[in-house]
Amino acid sequence: MAPAGLKKVSDTVWELPPSYKAGMLVPARIYATEKLIRAMDDGVFDQVTNVACLPGIIRAAFCMPDGHWGYGFPIGGVAAMDPKTGVISPGGIGFDINCGMRLVLTNLTYDEVKPRLRELVDRLFERVPCGVGSRGFIKLSRDDFRSVMAEGSRWVLRKGYGWPEDLELTEEGGCFPGADPAKVSERAVERGVDQVGTLGSGNHYCEIQVAKPENVFDGELAKRLGFTIPNQIAIMFHCGSRGFGHQVATDYLQVFLKAMESRYGIRVDDRELACAPFLSPEGQNYLAAMTCAINMAFANRQVILHRIREVFADIFHRDPLDLGMHMVYDVAHNTAKLENHRVDGKPKEVLVHRKGATRAFGPRLEGLPARYRETGQPVIIGGSMETGSYLLVGLESAAETFYSTAHGSGRTMSRNKAKRMVRGDKLQREMEQRGIYVRSATRSGLAEEAGAAYKNIDEVVEATELAGLSKRVVRLLPVGNIKG
Amino acid sequence: MPYTYLEEIAIADVAFRATGKTEEEVFAAAADATVNVMVEDLATIRDRVRIPVKLENDALDMLLFDFLNEFIYLKDAKGLLMRVYTIHIGRRDSRFVLSGELYGEKLDPLGHPLRGDVKAVTLHRFNLRRTDDGWEATVVLDI
Repeated sequence: MAPAGLKKVSDTVWELPPSYKAGMLVPARIYATEKLIRAMDDGVFDQVTNVACLPGIIRAAFCMPDGHWGYGFPIGGVAAMDPKTGVISPGGIGFDINCGMRLVLTNLTYDEVKPRLRELVDRLFERVPCGVGSRGFIKLSRDDFRSVMAEGSRWVLRKGYGWPEDLELTEEGGCFPGADPAKVSERAVERGVDQVGTLGSGNHYCEIQVAKPENVFDGELAKRLGFTIPNQIAIMFHCGSRGFGHQVATDYLQVFLKAMESRYGIRVDDRELACAPFLSPEGQNYLAAMTCAINMAFANRQVILHRIREVFADIFHRDPLDLGMHMVYDVAHNTAKLENHRVDGKPKEVLVHRKGATRAFGPRLEGLPARYRETGQPVIIGGSMETGSYLLVGLESAAETFYSTAHGSGRTMSRNKAKRMVRGDKLQREMEQRGIYVRSATRSGLAEEAGAAYKNIDEVVEATELAGLSKRVVRLLPVGNIKG
Repeated sequence: MPYTYLEEIAIADVAFRATGKTEEEVFAAAADATVNVMVEDLATIRDRVRIPVKLENDALDMLLFDFLNEFIYLKDAKGLLMRVYTIHIGRRDSRFVLSGELYGEKLDPLGHPLRGDVKAVTLHRFNLRRTDDGWEATVVLDI
C-alpha cells in the first residue's frame, strides 16, 4: 500500500521527500499510474527510500512502473552516483548481472511459420539448453573463458558465431571496457565455464513472436526498426550471466559487507545494500569483476542467437541472412556503468545503477548505433509468456531518469501460489489451443510463469510512455516459447 | 519435513523457514530446502558421491550462508546434487567452523525430476535464530 507522505508530482510521477526517512539524501521518485502505484508492494517504498540514503546519490532514487521488491534495490530501481563521492552496490545491479533482452527479426510471416511452429519450438528446445544444470555446446578452456570475460560478444564473433553487425546492435558493442578476469574468483569461473550458450531457468525464455498490424503503435518507427511486413515473425530472448554472474555478485556482497562499515564507515539498513566507495579498491575490483560478468552475458546471448539462426536455417532450408535474421537490439537491464549525463545543466560522468531497469537513450545521444541515431535506442520489455512483449524506443524526455525505463511486467503472485492455482500440463494445452506452443524443462516451472502471476504488461508500458520514459512501437504476441 | 516454503516474503523468488533442534539440524534442513527447490523429490538423490566440506566464518548466520552456497556451487560447477551426510559445527578462536561430509550424485534430468534453478542465496531477511525448541532459519533464494 502506498505510504502516507507519498506526494503526487504528476499523473505518472510520485515522490517521497527526504524527510520521509532518516538518512535520505535525495527524494525517492516512483514512475507509475495511480492504478500501478496503488498496487505496488510495501517493499518498493521501503527499498527505494533506502537507496536514497546511499552516499553520493544524485538527483533522486528512481523506481520504474514495473517496480516490485528486490534485494537491496527494488526491481525497477535506478540510481546515479557521483563517481568521486559515491558508492557502487551489487544490490543495485542484481545477482544476475547483465540479465537482458535480445530481439531478432525474420522476414517470415506467421502464415509461413505456423505449419512449422511445433518443429521450430521442439528444435529450439533441443538446441538451446535450459533448466537446472544445463551445459552449453561450446567447450571452453579456462583461458578461453577469460577471453570471454574480457571481450564478450567480440570473442564469440571471432569464433564464427555471429555477424559483425550483431556487435553494433548490442549495447556498448557487446563488450564493456574495464573487465579484469583477475578480479573474479575461481569459483565463479568454475560455475560459468560450461554455461555459455544456456538460457537458464525461472523467468528466462526464448520466444517466437508475431507483430500483428493492429499491434503496431507507430508504423514509421516500426519500419525503421525492421518491422516491414504484416504479421512478421521475430524472436525475443531473455537471459543473463548464469551461475558466473551469480557467483561474482555473491563474492562481492561478502567483500563489501566486511569492508563497508569497518573501513569506510558506511552503514546501511539492509545487508543486500552492501556497498563500497566507487573509487575504493573494493569498489574498483567489483566493477572489474562485474564487467566480466556483463561481457559473459553478452557472449551468452550471442551464442544463443547463433543456435537460433541455425535452427531456423535447418527448418526452412534457407540461409539465416536470406531469412532476414538481423538483430533489432540487445539491451541489458541489470548493470552499473559510467555514462555521461547532464546534471544541474552541465555534462557530468555518473555511475548509473540499473536493477531491473532498461537503458533507454533518446535520439542523437552518444553511444547509439548510427541506424538508431534519429529513432532513439530500441527498448525491449518482456512480458509473461501468455500476454506478449513490447518493442519501444528511448525518448529525449527520459533525461530525468538518466534515460532509464521499465524492463518487464513484474510478478504479483508467488511461485508457490501460481503452482497451486495452475497446473503446468493443463496450461500447456490451453496455451496451445490459443496458438502458443510452449516447451518447458519442467511443468512446475511452466505453472510458475503463468500470465496470471504477472502485472498487466500493457499498463506498465503505457505508464512508461505517459511518463515520457519510452515510446511504444510494436506489441509482439507469443506463438512459441521455450522455458527453463 | 523440517522446512516450509513461505508464500509472501518472496513473490518473485522462493523463501523458506527451516528448523532443527541443533545447529547441525537446522543447517541440514536449510540445505535440503535449497536443493528441493531444484529437485522435486530429494529421495531420488542417491548416495553415489561423497564430498568433504569444511567452512569457517566469524558469524554463525554467515556460515549458513556459505554452507547453502556450497550446494549451488556444486550443482553448477560439478553438476552434483548433494545432501548432508554428516556435519559438525564448532568454535575455534571465536570463529565458527563447520566440517563434515555431503552425499549425492551427478545431476541427471531423467533420474531427478527437476524444478527451478537457484541463482543465489540472498541476505534479504536472512535470519538464523535460537528458539525455545532449537534453531530456526529464514532464507530467501533468488530464482
